Amino acid sequence: MMMKRWLLAIAAMMASATLAVANDWGMGDANSKIPPSSIFSPVSTPASDISTLAFFVLAITGAIFLIVGGLIVYSIVRFRARADDDGREPPQVYGSNPIEFAWTTVPIIIVFVLILITARTIYTVQAAARPPGAIAVRVIGHQWWWEFQYPELGIVTANELHVPLSDPKNPTPTFLVLESADVAHSFWVPRLAGKTDVIPNHKNTMWIDPHQAGTFLGQCAEFCGTEHAMMLLRVIVEPRGDFQKWAAAEKQAPVQDASVARGRALFESTACVSCHTIRGTQATGTFGPDLTHLMSRETLGAGVAMNTPEHLKIWVHDPEEMKPGALMPAMNLEQKDLDGLVAYLATLK
Amino acid sequence: MSAASAISTGAMNLGPVEPTTLPSRGRVGIVILILTETVFFSIFVAAYVFYIGKSLNGPRPKDVLAPPILNTICLLSSSITIVLAMRALQAGSIRSFGIWWLATLALGGEFMVGTAMEWHRLIYTEHLTIRTNLFGTTYYSLVGLHALHVTIGLILILLVMVFTMLGYMDRRHAERTDVLSWYWHFVDAVWVVVFITVYIIGR
Amino acid sequence: MAGSIEHPIALGADREQVSLPLLGSVHEWVVTVDHKRLGMMYIGGGLVFFVIAGLQAATIRLQLAIPEAGIVAPQVFNRLLTVHGTAMVFLVGMPVLTGFLNYLVPLMIGARDLAFPRLNAFGFWLWLFGSLLLYFSYIGGDGLYGAGSAPDVGWFAYAPLTERAFSRGNSTDYWILSILLTSVGSTATAINLLTSIFCMRCEGMTLRKMPVLVWLAAVVSFLMCVALPPLSAAQIMLLLDRFLGAHFFDTQAGGSAILWQHFFWIFGHPEVYILVFPAFAFANEIIPVFSRKVIFGYSVMVAASCAIAIISLSVWAHHMFSVGMAPAGNAFFAASTMLVSVPTGIKIFNWIGTMWGGKIRFRVPMLFSVAFLVQFLIAGLTGIMLGVAPFDWQLTDTYFVVAHFHYVLIGAIIFMIFAAIYYWFPKATGKMLSERLGKWHFWLFLIGFHMTFDTMHFAGMRGMPRRIYTYQPGRGLDTLNLIESVGVIFQAAGVLILLINVIRSIRSGEPAGDDPWDAWTLEWSTSSPPPEYNFATLPVVRSRRPLWDLKHPEDPDWKYE
Repeated sequence: MMMKRWLLAIAAMMASATLAVANDWGMGDANSKIPPSSIFSPVSTPASDISTLAFFVLAITGAIFLIVGGLIVYSIVRFRARADDDGREPPQVYGSNPIEFAWTTVPIIIVFVLILITARTIYTVQAAARPPGAIAVRVIGHQWWWEFQYPELGIVTANELHVPLSDPKNPTPTFLVLESADVAHSFWVPRLAGKTDVIPNHKNTMWIDPHQAGTFLGQCAEFCGTEHAMMLLRVIVEPRGDFQKWAAAEKQAPVQDASVARGRALFESTACVSCHTIRGTQATGTFGPDLTHLMSRETLGAGVAMNTPEHLKIWVHDPEEMKPGALMPAMNLEQKDLDGLVAYLATLK
Repeated sequence: MSAASAISTGAMNLGPVEPTTLPSRGRVGIVILILTETVFFSIFVAAYVFYIGKSLNGPRPKDVLAPPILNTICLLSSSITIVLAMRALQAGSIRSFGIWWLATLALGGEFMVGTAMEWHRLIYTEHLTIRTNLFGTTYYSLVGLHALHVTIGLILILLVMVFTMLGYMDRRHAERTDVLSWYWHFVDAVWVVVFITVYIIGR
Repeated sequence: MAGSIEHPIALGADREQVSLPLLGSVHEWVVTVDHKRLGMMYIGGGLVFFVIAGLQAATIRLQLAIPEAGIVAPQVFNRLLTVHGTAMVFLVGMPVLTGFLNYLVPLMIGARDLAFPRLNAFGFWLWLFGSLLLYFSYIGGDGLYGAGSAPDVGWFAYAPLTERAFSRGNSTDYWILSILLTSVGSTATAINLLTSIFCMRCEGMTLRKMPVLVWLAAVVSFLMCVALPPLSAAQIMLLLDRFLGAHFFDTQAGGSAILWQHFFWIFGHPEVYILVFPAFAFANEIIPVFSRKVIFGYSVMVAASCAIAIISLSVWAHHMFSVGMAPAGNAFFAASTMLVSVPTGIKIFNWIGTMWGGKIRFRVPMLFSVAFLVQFLIAGLTGIMLGVAPFDWQLTDTYFVVAHFHYVLIGAIIFMIFAAIYYWFPKATGKMLSERLGKWHFWLFLIGFHMTFDTMHFAGMRGMPRRIYTYQPGRGLDTLNLIESVGVIFQAAGVLILLINVIRSIRSGEPAGDDPWDAWTLEWSTSSPPPEYNFATLPVVRSRRPLWDLKHPEDPDWKYE
């Protein structure tokens, strides 16, 4: 109780010391609805294989800790110098070959068991066969956002990976091919699988077969520059039907809404088009995320803010405000133009 | 009596002292330095081997490289002349030491001239530079690193040559000069590896 | 045998000629080739950088204390974490540890100096200038582009983030040159130490009669000689890329990002052992003396150290389990990694065996050593978890790894450096450190250490990657991070007490005498501080514990060895 109050006091001190606390852009609320990304609550085969192995290893190392730690504690208590010591040196023992032999052999046996069980899990995760119903996704890491391409479905999206729920009886896993457009990144969603690095000039693969619907948080786990911390990603696992509905909607051309024609013209006449793609327009850039169905995504700027028109305005006006160091330049639009542009973007459902 | 003096004089009958024979500092030092350099070179060799055939564009090794046979013969025979020089020095014959030493210097010098000519041809005729492709990158750095070591060796050999001509050289310097000759043998041995990597495997 | 050493009296005579007292003593330290002075300069310099890099760490923890804090900008944070990591390894760990070895090895082998005293001075100054370059980058790193000051690529500087295309300005160049210089300095020291151990031992000291510390110094020096060159080679390649347009790690021209990782970790993993072996070495001297018992299983201890050194050269890719190696590669490196735990376990068991049946005196050096034993045990066990490749796919690059290696670097190495400071300070200065302040230092630092680093394990397992300048609220990370940051206050207080203790003792410490701990190795046979020439007459030894033989003529060691 004391401890907690005391911690709170320090928290208050630190909070007041940090007046420059940034806006939270709605992410705190959104995150607290999602359980923490613990590696010990897996919802996909690679993650649960790892979790099972991890519990086994924790049990072994825990036992070793108790035994060896116990020996250390016992010896410092039992063999401490007493106040009534006679001042004579204790008997000098130079060593013992049988004892050395014993504490060499036992660890070797433990290590041997660990190596075997480790190798088994390595092969079951890495060398898994690809069943016929598998979905293929190409993941491309950029500084500092994720591009997801579904070559078989003809979909390109960013930062939020939609995958179908996989029924253990009739598995529909998702196989990811990971590539990087610039520096090394790492794809990590703790509850679905271990991390796999995303390396330029090098193709990696991994797979997930989530058996629970919901949103799972992950993020880049290899230092990749200024905004490494805000290269977040979410995986949205949906039942088969919902996934197909989502895929069908993504495939459609964007809505043409006459009321925002001005915004669209603005978009097409500014620098936006050199980095972004909106299908059916002149915008075919590939340096930034595909915006064809921008509003189907929950978040902005690789998870830095909830995707609302207000946040979009701040973002388009100057991304630095939300994500200092982001590679998208500030667009420096006048308020009227900004409103028009964002009104157009808000129709891209 | 303080502990220090007691322990050194051995005044008290403390028991047997095991005999110890200790090697020379210079020789041990150069052997460790050679070990270090060997690891250093092996990283460059590893990079070279790793990138064989991975260049995205030409020129390729088989189009532009010819094994430098004469250079190799010269450098390897300089290892023999330096051994003969050391024998002469240990025997106290400064004059013949000087002759063999000069021969070593000349053979090493020829190697550097040959390398310079090869690089000149590659750069100006074949248009291969360190930035052309991965082959250029790894070739110039590995061969250049070796040439740098030859140059350092040649400077030291030249220094000894100057001392010899000024008449400062005598038998007492045999140990230190021998340490230098070990370095030279190392440089030669590295060339064998570089030659095999670049001109045989890499082609 | 040691006939080639300059005559000590002649060296002393030079000193008299300098007239200005302060200038004279500065001059004396600048031109010195005495291994003891160079050792102390290494330790002193390292501790200055320890305070600076520690303050940088404190800033990192302040920024992470609460979610989405804005105390430092992301760019500043990335520089902090890079310079903190680089400095703690190359500007703190290496110099402080080699400083101790520099100071102790000649004394322990009964020599008057190292084999190459001037090379020793050269290594020190190279290290110092290299170190200053790293911090100079805060001023000079802008380069012509005005892009970024200090390096911000992480201490292992993964390609291609370090290539010109992604790292403009000169900050990365400062990182390269700084480490290159300190590495060359360290290699020179290693060659020197190894040669000294082979060629400078006193009469009677065969290899089997060397103190374990000297054995470990030899193993460390060997590792430095074979592990530092790969880093230097890779850094030279990177320099060629950055300045001459070569393509070693240029992925656009077919270069490989993974090759850098291999080269770096071929250095990087043995580096861990280079740092931890001196800590083992201190434990090997301190635990027996305060347990009043001879080290248990001398030969096994030495053999285990050699085994660790050899195996450690073949485990590097366990830092790369997530780069997508083939299953066979992952299995091999998992196996070799776990194999290291066998000789490491042997060492822990032998330390327990040394304490077993002793009469343990809990003076400050021993307190730190016992904490070291427990913390190193935990670090070893989390190391096994990280060696289990699939488990590592989850844990690598998270705060779990941060916790693990800080358990090694602080829990084991810094704790043993503190133990060594309390243990050998009386020898180097002739004054005792205060036992009371020492105990405050110990307990504060211990509490702070566990608050900060125990909690990091859990943050990592909850999905917090390392090297992030902030994290969003609502992810279950807030409380853990706050506790981690509060722990820093305790650690800082502990270090502050150490500094006060050192200053107080130098001014008015209790005189130590030659042998305050009733110890057994040769450095305690000479005066405190030792004369410039170490020993008036060179010692002759008959066993591993010459002073034990002297103190216990009825039961000398040489009868049993």
